[in-house]
Parts: sequence; C-alpha cells; structure tokens
Amino acid sequence: MKKFLFSFLCVLSGLLFGALILKLSGISPVEAYKVMWNGAFSRPSYIAYIIIRSTPLILTGLSVAFAFRTGLFNIGSEGQFIIGALTAAYFGFIFNFNPWIQIPLVLALSVFISSLYGGLAGFMKARFGVHEVISTIMLNWIALYFSNYMVLSEGFHKVNTETSEFINPSTSITILENWKSSDSGMNWLSNHPFLNEFMRPSLNAGIFFALIAVFIIWLILKKTTFGFKLKAVGISPEAARYAGINVNKKMTQSMMIAGGLSGLAGATHVMGVSKNIAILAAHEGYGFDGIAVSLIGSNSPFGSLTAGFFLGALKYSGQKIQSALEAPSEVISIMIGAIIFFIAIPIIFERPINKVLKIWEKK
Amino acid sequence: MQDLFFLFSTTLMYATPLIFTALGGVLSEKTGVINIGLEGMMTMGAFTASLVAIKTGNPWLGLLAGGFGGLSLAILHAIASIKYKGNQVVSGMAINFLGSGFAIFFCRLFFDGTSMTPPLDLEKKIPEFAGQYATVYLAFILTFAIWFILTKTVLGLRMISVGEHPKSADAAGLNVSFYKTIGVLTSGFLAGLGGASLSIAIVSNFRPTLISGQGFIAIAALIFGKWRPVQTALACLFFGLSQALVIFLGGRETIHISSQLLSILPYVMTLMILVGFMGKTTGPTALGE
Repeated sequence: MKKFLFSFLCVLSGLLFGALILKLSGISPVEAYKVMWNGAFSRPSYIAYIIIRSTPLILTGLSVAFAFRTGLFNIGSEGQFIIGALTAAYFGFIFNFNPWIQIPLVLALSVFISSLYGGLAGFMKARFGVHEVISTIMLNWIALYFSNYMVLSEGFHKVNTETSEFINPSTSITILENWKSSDSGMNWLSNHPFLNEFMRPSLNAGIFFALIAVFIIWLILKKTTFGFKLKAVGISPEAARYAGINVNKKMTQSMMIAGGLSGLAGATHVMGVSKNIAILAAHEGYGFDGIAVSLIGSNSPFGSLTAGFFLGALKYSGQKIQSALEAPSEVISIMIGAIIFFIAIPIIFERPINKVLKIWEKK
Repeated sequence: MQDLFFLFSTTLMYATPLIFTALGGVLSEKTGVINIGLEGMMTMGAFTASLVAIKTGNPWLGLLAGGFGGLSLAILHAIASIKYKGNQVVSGMAINFLGSGFAIFFCRLFFDGTSMTPPLDLEKKIPEFAGQYATVYLAFILTFAIWFILTKTVLGLRMISVGEHPKSADAAGLNVSFYKTIGVLTSGFLAGLGGASLSIAIVSNFRPTLISGQGFIAIAALIFGKWRPVQTALACLFFGLSQALVIFLGGRETIHISSQLLSILPYVMTLMILVGFMGKTTGPTALGE
C-alpha cells in the first residue's frame, strides 16, 4: 500500500511537472493531456496498440526488477533484448517447422541464449569482481555490433536493404493473422464492431507470454526458497553468505533469469511485430525504458506489469500531441525523467504518505 | 607516416568528448556521488552549445553554454543526491531521460519542430590549431589541472576525504555537502563541455543520436582509469584509438574486416582487461552513500 501510494505520487508529480513544462513553452497542458487521453483510450484499436507497445516494456521492466531484487543493476537489458531479437530472427528464418514446434523452439532458443548473455555479466561479477554496470554497458555495445554483423552476413542479409530476411510465417505469433483477412473472418468481424476495431492492429501473443512471465517471477520471488535466497543476497550479501547461501552462484543465476526475460522481450518483438531485425545505429531504448518501468513499479512483478502498461500508454499517446498541437512529444521523456527523479528521493513524500496512511488506519 | 598521423589525430578527436566527460565523472565520484547521468548531461550540453553558437555566432560562448547546460542537470542531481540523500543511481537514470528529453524538446521549440539544429558555418565552429580543435588541447590541460587539484591542493584533498570517509571529514570540521556539491556541479559542467566538443567542433550540429552512449563509455573509462584523472584520460584515449582504428581499417580495400566486428573490439578488450588484469575495481570508499 505504501509502495503503491509512493509510486502514484511520483507519477502524479511527474505528470504535473510535464504540464508545467508545456505551460512554460506556451502549450496548453489541459489540451495536451486531453489529446493524450483520447489518443490512448477513445478507440478500441488504440488500446490494442498500447498492448503491443507495452509488451516488451513489461518484460524488460520485469528483467530489471528481478535483478534489482538480487542487488544487481541490470543496465544490460538493452543488449539482452538485442540478443533475444537476433536469435529469434535468425532461427525463425533458418528453421521452418510446424508452428506448434517452431514457436516454442525459437522462443526457447532466444530465452536460452539471452540468458547466457545476461548470465555472463553475473558471472564476471561473481568470479572477477567486475561491476555489472560497466560489464553490461560493454555487453550492450557488443550485442549491438554483433547483431549488425549478423544482419549483414551472407544468407541472412536481405539484399539491398538495411535489414535481415523475414522470419518464416511459422514463427509468427501475430494473432489470427490469416483468419482476419479470410472471408469468414472478415464476415464475422464486421458483425462484431468492437472486436473488429480492436483486432485491426496486429495484436500478438507476446502479451500472454509477458503475463505468464510476470506470474512465474512473482511465484519465484514470493513462494520459493530460491527466490528467498535471491532476495537475501539483494538485501545483504554478507548476511546471506554467513547464512550459507552461495552468493556468487545466486548472482549469476539472477542475471541469467533477467537476461532470459529481456531476451523474451526481444523475441516476442521480432516474432509478433517487426518480423525481422535491422541495422542499429544506436540503442533503441527498450532496456532503458525497462529500467524506468522497474523503478516506477517499485521493482515488483505486478508493479512492472502496471508500470509497463502505463509507460506504453504514455509513449503511444505522447506521439499524438506532436501532430495535434505541434507540441514536442519529447515532453514524454521529460515526464518519465521527472517521475524517476521523484522516485530517487522518497524522503519528500514520506510525510504526506504517512498522513494518508494514518487516516486510512483510523477508518 | 601519413597514416600514423591520421590515426593519431583521429584518436585525439574521438577521445576529447570522452576525456571531458570522464574527468567530470572522476570529480563527482571522488566526492562520493555516483554520476550515471553523464550521458544526459552531455546531451544537454551538446544542445545548449549548438543553440548558443548558432544564435550568437561565437563558438566560445557556445562552449561555455554547453558547460552550463550540463551543469543545469547536475543541480538536480546534487539536490537529489546531497540535499535529499536519495538514490544516486536512480537519480542519474532520471537525469538521462531528462537530458535527452529537454534537449530535443527545446530543439523542436527553437528550430521549427525539427529534432536537429541547423549546421554551423565553419567559421562559427571551435577553431583548429595545428590540425586539432582547440577543445583537444583544452581536454589535456584540464586533465593536468584536475590531477593537480586532486593531488596537490587543499580543495582536492578535502574533496577526496569527503568521498572516502564523510563522517571523519565531518568530524574534522569540513562541510561535507559543500564539497560534494562542488564535485557534482563541476562534473555536470565538464560533461556539458564534452557534449559541446562534439556538437560545435567534431560535427557541426546537434542531433538526437549524437551522444548515443558516449556518456556511458565515459563511465567505463573512469572505472578503467581507477578514478584517477591521468589514467582516466588514458582510458579515453584507448577508446578513441579503437574508434579511430575502425575508421582507419574500414576505409581500406586491401584489408577485409567487417567494420561491425571491428567496432566490437574496444568493448571486448575492455571486458577482457577488466577480467584479466584489474581484479576488483575499487572506487572511493563511501561511493553512493
């Protein structure tokens, strides 16, 4: 309850700060928020777009949150995402089995390889004392350039483009892709106007994987001794070591799981949305947004879920103020920055929160 | 010979923004405040420098404005980290979002909705001396100056003591917050100069992808350099050299090495050096507290 109130106050303050910046730049904040609200919720298709947008954010957020619980700061989510995306794009192109085999296989490979990639940072910390922040910064760039190298490699590179070949249709997790354009599908949908609109964007099954992942991570942290040990390492490595927990091993395992989650985000993005990967000039920011999601969601699984949807909605609707009001959509980054800034200084909300909690208890 | 000279000058060129920024990081972290927001401060500095250089036509004013652009975000970081004793890593992440957010936001306001500033004329850029931008020399002078301040002056020793043992420093009568604030604010100013040395010297405009990760490389360089100014500058030169190598080797037809694979090299080497030769990286004792 306290955590939720805190996050809520931070988000509110961040949105108010964004409003202030808009106001100072001569743009009506009321108008801007109206455009954003309508741009996010006024049509079923918008909500579908937000779900698509939120899926990778929920997963990278979950990844960062999980590592945080073991006291590790996973800046490497970005690189793990790239590795997951690359693996999915590559094997989705190379393999072509029945979807019931293909999809689990490609997903499993992506998660596995990216978990090794994430685990590498944990291992280097545990074995050699290399701080995970610096190793993951390096690993992010290594992943980026390696992915570029693979995109340009012969056989995988789509000639005369900046992208790789498309994955085989058997790898796609886009929901009812063929049915929607078939006669019976179009017939059925035209009789169901809400679903017709809602289904128009290419929804993909990634959101189900994200929900399952949130639940599993919650289970691990809440109900298993493994999770308990991870949290013990996070709270006090010395105490954990004294209690007989193999701290080094736990660090590696934690980063492996975090890496797998970010990789899953990358894989679902390729299999459900982009269908191929492109040359990257700079990081796309899924991992950094994941850090924001994790922080806003107070590093908990369900917090990441909520914050992932929130950030997805903010980013999706934020684009719309650019065209509607000619207001720079970067005000969204400013809002996110302000929210995180407030999260960094919990002390300023302590009094109001305690007051509210007191009133709450009296009832 | 000409090749060697090309390699040398390209190395210096690419190392310069990193040196400014990493030295800033050294000053902040020496006083015990983690500054993971260097990236955002650089971005802000790159934009404000470009803006002022365009509007006034004076690159030196632009450079100064770049410093203050970085400083403006550092004030926020100081408030969060020192005044409210908040989480420095989280605050630094916030600075990164704010830095790129504000820079592009204002860019769109000032330049008709575009996210790039118009290119500077050659004569409005930082001038060159003997084939190198003035900022290159400035970076080396600063390296020496910061080394001098940190090791030879009362101010520097106090800053270090605040980062190592804040409680003892406090007991000895030092104003701990004051020295920490100096560290954080100068780090912002220097990171801003780092951004400026990109946007008004190496290239001639600001664009959203201009900084793309260099602030983080600067952090790597300072850890690489074990939080010491001269070693940190050397680490930056190492990163500069590897970038120069990518351009140098990438431009020859006789050697067929994928430029993508070449680009990986500095990062892999950094990791290997960290794993193999450095052992535990130990920063200031009270870093982050």
